[in-house]
Amino acid sequence: MTPTLLFALVGIGLFSLGLYALIVHAHLLRKILAINIMGSGVFLILVALAKRTSETTPDPVPHAMVITGIVVAVSATALALSIMLKLNSETGCAELPDDV
Amino acid sequence: METINLLIWSFDALLGLCLLWLAWRTLSAPDLYKAVVLFVAFGLLMTLAWVRLDAPDVALAEAAIGAGLTGALLLSALARLDPAVDDQSIVTQKDNRPKSESVQWAAFMSLILVAIGLGYSVLSLPLKFKGLSPEVTEQLVNSGVENPVTAVLLNFRGYDTLLEMAVLLIALLGVWSTGNKPKYDKPFSSPVLDFLSRLLTPILILVAAYLLWVGAHAPGGAFQAGSILGAVGVLLLLSGWRLQKDSSLLLIRLILLAGPFAFVAMAVITMMIEGQLLQYPPAHAGLLILVLETTATLSIGATLAALFLGGPPHLKNEESP
Repeated sequence: MTPTLLFALVGIGLFSLGLYALIVHAHLLRKILAINIMGSGVFLILVALAKRTSETTPDPVPHAMVITGIVVAVSATALALSIMLKLNSETGCAELPDDV
Repeated sequence: METINLLIWSFDALLGLCLLWLAWRTLSAPDLYKAVVLFVAFGLLMTLAWVRLDAPDVALAEAAIGAGLTGALLLSALARLDPAVDDQSIVTQKDNRPKSESVQWAAFMSLILVAIGLGYSVLSLPLKFKGLSPEVTEQLVNSGVENPVTAVLLNFRGYDTLLEMAVLLIALLGVWSTGNKPKYDKPFSSPVLDFLSRLLTPILILVAAYLLWVGAHAPGGAFQAGSILGAVGVLLLLSGWRLQKDSSLLLIRLILLAGPFAFVAMAVITMMIEGQLLQYPPAHAGLLILVLETTATLSIGATLAALFLGGPPHLKNEESP
């Protein structure tokens, strides 16, 4: 198995783990962590697949997309945390009402 | 040669397993403080994975953001979740209410299916695929820089970066409108923190400038430099540095806007001269990219530090008692 496939499969594993935790856990901080891990999984798949060029240098376009993605992820995380803190100060708990 | 290959393969496999294990522990540890710390460790290992995948540009961004700034943001949010109780509350914020067992099982089974489907589609992709790299290599001489990733970010797909500056600004506006005015607690004072922040601040600013400059022909660039500047801001805020003058509030806002506005201005000018959004004349591309990258670096750094602060900045003496 090549590193490309190995890391792409790890990326799929991270994405699925994150999605599972996003559904199962109620605390919003945990959900934010889960979304970040899902994002890392997607980035890992993109960069792993960029390595399939036969030359020594991988495809730079997915790399650029992932760098953009990392910065967008941190700003989205900051916004999500801020909304979570607002909810916490209004209702006293950082969880959404359970509707299942 | 065989042994070396085997060693490298086992390292990759171990790294992959560690990533999955850390992600699992992050998402299942009952103590949220522990979960956040594990997430920071996860970010550090991701950096190693980027290096293994020949993506040093991504590794630099992940090291500064994924492992550094995100961790700082999460820890500060965790500390603010329960401010009524003293410091011990950080370690006792628990998440004890998972969904019912049937929901867990349904989610587990359907996600196994999702993972199998994704795995099948990845395995069925061709093992050799050139992607867009021949086009990028061909056009690199016209881009004004030698690092292909910087060329893609600032030239070939410059509009992505333009929109990204807008995303950062909008996220900051969202944080400023939902967040409370940051409480300037009495800064935690220790000789080690004081000494290190005095020592590290100038060094980190130099590192950021170096990364910005070197990004034209080697791994580095505006995002990496900007995140290091953001880290400097976080360090200064933690060690008790505060805005003192009215003029600096205006200055901060101008720096925050400089990046997006420089991009929009450049887009309009290039559209009028070359007829295409952000299409630089090849002869001046290098200089134009450097100007854009410098303003973008300052804006990204200021935005990230402001996101950490959590609310609209105000002067120290305006504080309500």
